[in-house]
Amino acid sequence: MSETLADHGRRKFLVGATTVVGAAGVAAVVTPFILSMLPSARAKAAGAPVEVDVSKVEPGMMMTQEWRGQPVWIVNRTPEMLAQLGKNNALLSDPDSASSEQPEFCKNPNRSSAEHPNLLVTVGICTHLGCSPVDKMKKGEASGMGSDWPGGFFCPCHGSKYDLSGRVFKSMPAPLNLRIPPYTFLSETRLLIGEEKKRA
Amino acid sequence: MMTRLLGWVDERFPLTSVWKEHLAEYYAPKNFNFWYYFGSLAMLVLVIQIVTGIFLTMNYKPDARFAFASVEYIMRDVDYGWLIRYMHSTGASMFFVVVYLHMMRGLLYGSYQKPRELIWLLGMAIYLCLMAEAFFGYLLPWGQMSYWGAQVIVSLVDAISPPVALWVRGDYVIADATLNRFFAFHVIALPLILVILVFLHIVALHQVGSNNPDGIEIKKHKDPTTGIPLDGIPFHPYYSVKDIVGVVGFLIVYFGIIFFSPEMGGYFLEENNFIPADPLKTPPHISPVWYFTPFYAILRAIPQKQVGVIAMGLAVVIFFLLPWLDRGIVKSVRYRGSLYKTALGLFVVAFLILGYMGTQDPNLWYVNPVSRICALVYFGFFFLMPIFTRMDKTKPVPDRVTG
Repeated sequence: MSETLADHGRRKFLVGATTVVGAAGVAAVVTPFILSMLPSARAKAAGAPVEVDVSKVEPGMMMTQEWRGQPVWIVNRTPEMLAQLGKNNALLSDPDSASSEQPEFCKNPNRSSAEHPNLLVTVGICTHLGCSPVDKMKKGEASGMGSDWPGGFFCPCHGSKYDLSGRVFKSMPAPLNLRIPPYTFLSETRLLIGEEKKRA
Repeated sequence: MMTRLLGWVDERFPLTSVWKEHLAEYYAPKNFNFWYYFGSLAMLVLVIQIVTGIFLTMNYKPDARFAFASVEYIMRDVDYGWLIRYMHSTGASMFFVVVYLHMMRGLLYGSYQKPRELIWLLGMAIYLCLMAEAFFGYLLPWGQMSYWGAQVIVSLVDAISPPVALWVRGDYVIADATLNRFFAFHVIALPLILVILVFLHIVALHQVGSNNPDGIEIKKHKDPTTGIPLDGIPFHPYYSVKDIVGVVGFLIVYFGIIFFSPEMGGYFLEENNFIPADPLKTPPHISPVWYFTPFYAILRAIPQKQVGVIAMGLAVVIFFLLPWLDRGIVKSVRYRGSLYKTALGLFVVAFLILGYMGTQDPNLWYVNPVSRICALVYFGFFFLMPIFTRMDKTKPVPDRVTG
């Protein structure tokens, strides 16, 4: 068939239709490849709650427990540390933890449960870019953070500061307070991280 | 015999014509100075990285349980493993040294200006690819800096879109799945893309021809009988031989580092990376490898997460716009006025200071304030460029290259 006799409208339609079907085919092929990169069934199953004995954490000390591959801190605060928490409000960006993530029962200045106000259970991952802050729990010069330091945590990556309730200071790169995972006390000393039991 | 063989090939493949077009009869300006070494050196480093990389993969294990130990195995038990590994790790830093100098050449002589915008864009794509390649590669030794560096960079993605970050990691934290896929990107995907982009970069360059330190088009003055640019000399043998001198100089520095200071005082290989990755403990002071620190300092200087991430991204991406931000009527810094020279000088100083600040402890009082000032200068250079390049009092550009 010579070029002059060609039905151009029909040719254009056929090219268009082939392109659309081809594009749908490409999308169908790409989808499984993209989805294969999501967490596998094994990775999803690894997120079970963990149980930890908190009796060995002395007042003024802390321990780290792994949960879902992340460090969870259990901080036993002394009465002086708890008293200091009430005076920090002027320094903090979200003192009432209004926009931060925590179980409902932790929405208080101590960010802890009513039965164990001294124990802070928090994910030790900076809310800025995911580094793990270092503990600077001692007040003032003893932590090397300057004489007006109220005690807390310091993220070495980008300099965010948190108080001993994991509340972030004003004008820091980190936007939110440290995340508090769901947890339940199974007994006085047994803590379950990852699950919040409904109370009776 | 050889002529007949060549004839046989030429009938089936454009061997002789490609040789002539791109080497023996490719005319480059005769006034190239030492700034023109860095393109060919970048290609040399690419080859070094690919070859050493192939040999490293023969012993490296991309598994979170074995990765760290397999790198130490290469260093201690594999014959000459230390040499191949140090060539690769030093090569990564040297890649950025030559690429930054190559880009600086572009800024000095206006090599991104019309008609070379596409060369610049392809070059920027290579630079982005190289950053990704370096980032993926840095996770592989599975040391503390590998782990926490990846954690911070993936958190940048998380700040913009958490589901995408999850997809990149393939787990809820940086884990074995992440290491395994970064290995796949590092050894297959990105090297392939890099090689293709480098090929396109050179094809685009040979289409328009090289710029030169005077910023003059040599094609304007051609010999009327031969059609060869009067200020052009064939790439081979003139520049192939000149580039070999550059290669020798480069190799002296490169192997000097490998043999005498492969860690470069913690700048090429960071101390913390000799500790196996620990997901529960960030090292007390972390910073990226030196070639990312200018952008890292910008990120850190901004006390708001999303804005910081966007500013850091913009600091890299804004280079793409350079050909359209520059409204100057001359290319080379030799004929620009004091405005451009001052601006470029300030920009280079700000870039270097940012790079230094990015390696420093953010708790030092001067780090963030100084970074903020330098970030302003950095962005000012680009945002004000349409104004100062137009206002600049330029000098008359000579008709022919000045040698």
